[in-house]
Amino acid sequence: MRVALFATCLGDTLFPDAIQATALLLSRLGQDVVFPEAQTCCGQMHVNTGYQREALPLVENHAACFADESIDAVVVPSGSCAGSIRHQHEIVAERFGRPGLRDQVVRSRAKTYELAEFLVDVLGVVDVGATFPHRVTYHPTCHSLRMLRVGDKPLRLLRAVREIDLVELPEADQCCGFGGTFALKNADTSTAMLSDKLRNVGATDAEYCTAGDSSCLMHIGGGLSRLQTGVGTKHLAEILATTERTIAPKQGALA
Amino acid sequence: MSGTFLGMPTAPPRGTGNIRGSEPFPAAARTELGNAQLRRNVGKATRTIRDKRIAVTGELPDWEELRSAGAAIKRDVLSRLPDLLEQFEQAVTARGGTVHWARDAAEANAIVTRLVRGTGSDEVLKVKSMATQEIGLNEHLADEGITAIETDLAELIVQLGADRPSHILVPAIHRNRAEIREIFLRAMPGVDPDLDDDPAHLADASRRFLRDRFMRARVAISGANFGVADTGTLSVVESEGNGRMCLTMPETLITVMGLEKLIPSYADLEVFLQLLPRSSTGERMNPYTSMWTGVTPGDGPGEFHLVLLDNGRTATLADEVGREALHCIRCSACLNVCPVYERTGGHAYGSTYPGPIGAVLTPQLAGMDTGSGDPNGSLPYASSLCGACFDACPVKIDIPSLLVELRHQHVEQAGFDAEQALMKAASAAMASAGRWTAAQRAAQLGRLLGRGGRIRALPPPGSAWTSARDLPVPPKRTFRQWWDSAEGRAAIERARREGGAR
Ligand code: SF4
Repeated sequence: MRVALFATCLGDTLFPDAIQATALLLSRLGQDVVFPEAQTCCGQMHVNTGYQREALPLVENHAACFADESIDAVVVPSGSCAGSIRHQHEIVAERFGRPGLRDQVVRSRAKTYELAEFLVDVLGVVDVGATFPHRVTYHPTCHSLRMLRVGDKPLRLLRAVREIDLVELPEADQCCGFGGTFALKNADTSTAMLSDKLRNVGATDAEYCTAGDSSCLMHIGGGLSRLQTGVGTKHLAEILATTERTIAPKQGALA
Repeated sequence: MSGTFLGMPTAPPRGTGNIRGSEPFPAAARTELGNAQLRRNVGKATRTIRDKRIAVTGELPDWEELRSAGAAIKRDVLSRLPDLLEQFEQAVTARGGTVHWARDAAEANAIVTRLVRGTGSDEVLKVKSMATQEIGLNEHLADEGITAIETDLAELIVQLGADRPSHILVPAIHRNRAEIREIFLRAMPGVDPDLDDDPAHLADASRRFLRDRFMRARVAISGANFGVADTGTLSVVESEGNGRMCLTMPETLITVMGLEKLIPSYADLEVFLQLLPRSSTGERMNPYTSMWTGVTPGDGPGEFHLVLLDNGRTATLADEVGREALHCIRCSACLNVCPVYERTGGHAYGSTYPGPIGAVLTPQLAGMDTGSGDPNGSLPYASSLCGACFDACPVKIDIPSLLVELRHQHVEQAGFDAEQALMKAASAAMASAGRWTAAQRAAQLGRLLGRGGRIRALPPPGSAWTSARDLPVPPKRTFRQWWDSAEGRAAIERARREGGAR
């Protein structure tokens, strides 16, 4: 299958390891991975902050990039960006778009999948051949959980990882307090939510907290780092892309 | 609001009353977040109700269908509200009730005051009601020399404590029993000075206090959970039975009902009487459901007045997207699951309607007056958009989408400011890959700010982030630089071969 990778603006710029891991994982699973160079951002930050007008050029650019018929599927290693593409692009296109944009948006949306969805629903794999000898806890992220309804797909993928010690996160379905610009506009409330999440992560004694969204991990990881907990964060893709070969020489060999 | 009629069609008026705070949400929230006792009280209570709700909604095999049915009935009501209201008015009148229409808080208060005055009484009993809180009826009556006594226990605690309610269903959720005991000792006339904080004893004290009032009351004022259009029946759903005393004992009953509380037919009650108690208190059925239709000689109040309140509802209905908020049956499930409400409590929202639904409903009813720094303009942002409210809502109101829509409306109405400039710049930078990669290179300059792979302090507005969290230093290479590199190509090639070998 010809699979286009949508790196997301945040992943491309700040968390390339997660996107590299996605590209390597999909390649290893036999997919023909392509990266449409014209891609930038899905516009989620703009829409969620109220700037639908400003999101329009981003939605246009995204749709033009991925509606292409030569692409069989678009994979996004981010629950919130996949959610935005699925639920918000059409709203923006209908409200402000030129005629025809809506159709383009609908076409791109129909083949867009969040990573765990793509692996389990489209490729039909649960065991991706990963090995990760660490204690890990999984945070489901609100948009994966409630906007995309990925359910336990990420957990099924993680359970199939060799040598992993997967521990349940208490109050897992509680929001970490990120919420995009919410973390800036309501910094005090966001921090109060984050501190409860950090306490719960701490209670698991995990070495890594994982999730399907770099943005939530940036928030949780930023808190873990500030408190100098020594607990790390890793995107789900990074764990799934780790094989015995990649572990052996040294940590971070993916970079 | 003055009602100067200019003979031209005008936009429906916005609501007035207790649906506007005095400071923006982030500032009010900061104060409340500093109150550790409040956070413990609210956190504990919401968690308890949350768990109970999940247990009892899980029992019903057709819960999802019930939710869909509730949403469908509400959608139907809103699509033909004027007709249904007329039908309702006729039915109430035909059964001996009198219907009054109130455009806003001032009109509703004036109507109720006039009706109470007409009875010659200067004391009224109240059944807990959101609508009368919304219009500030108690304060208005007090100014007019009429004493209103709340009969719902939690509402009475709030009233005696000279406090504001902080939850739709449990107005005193922010108080624990030690605090309640103190309030009773301080403000309840005739209370036993040896009262302890045993919940049964506290309830008993309030019962003694209220019994007296029930026996002598001549007028009561209630809200309504439902108004049935085809029969003119009103319904109040409650837990304590005090409401029923108010609805049956006095000679005159005045009900203030928001326009949107209407349902088409008696049979529709079946859906809502299942949805409401399970969603609100986590009970299979509420202990008391009262229904009355007009007046019945020799049984119950001899006079019945219904005040139908607009107060911004017609304006909300005019918004094709936002009108969904009028589906709300005030069960408070969305408050109990909201991580923001759980931390800040209800007062931070500055309105009779707190929590997720308040963040949508308040600015819709009262407007956001965006140019003026109106606190209501901050409410649509008082959410991380986690979506828990949507999942909990028994009538499937998509609150997160409504919040996003209101943010859009807020930005469209607001004047030019620094945030808009930033968003426009970001949009321009991301509209094409060429400009975007240039911006990424600029971001990589951020590497200079960090030490040990972490940025610990940023200037505003980034300081709001670094107040509590580090930021990763931008990596040396973006993903697309890696993808375009010989190393990236080789790694992908290797992964392909590895996969083929599996
Ligand atoms: S919005 Fe839904 S969950 Fe919230 S109070 Fe209204 S009916 Fe209940």
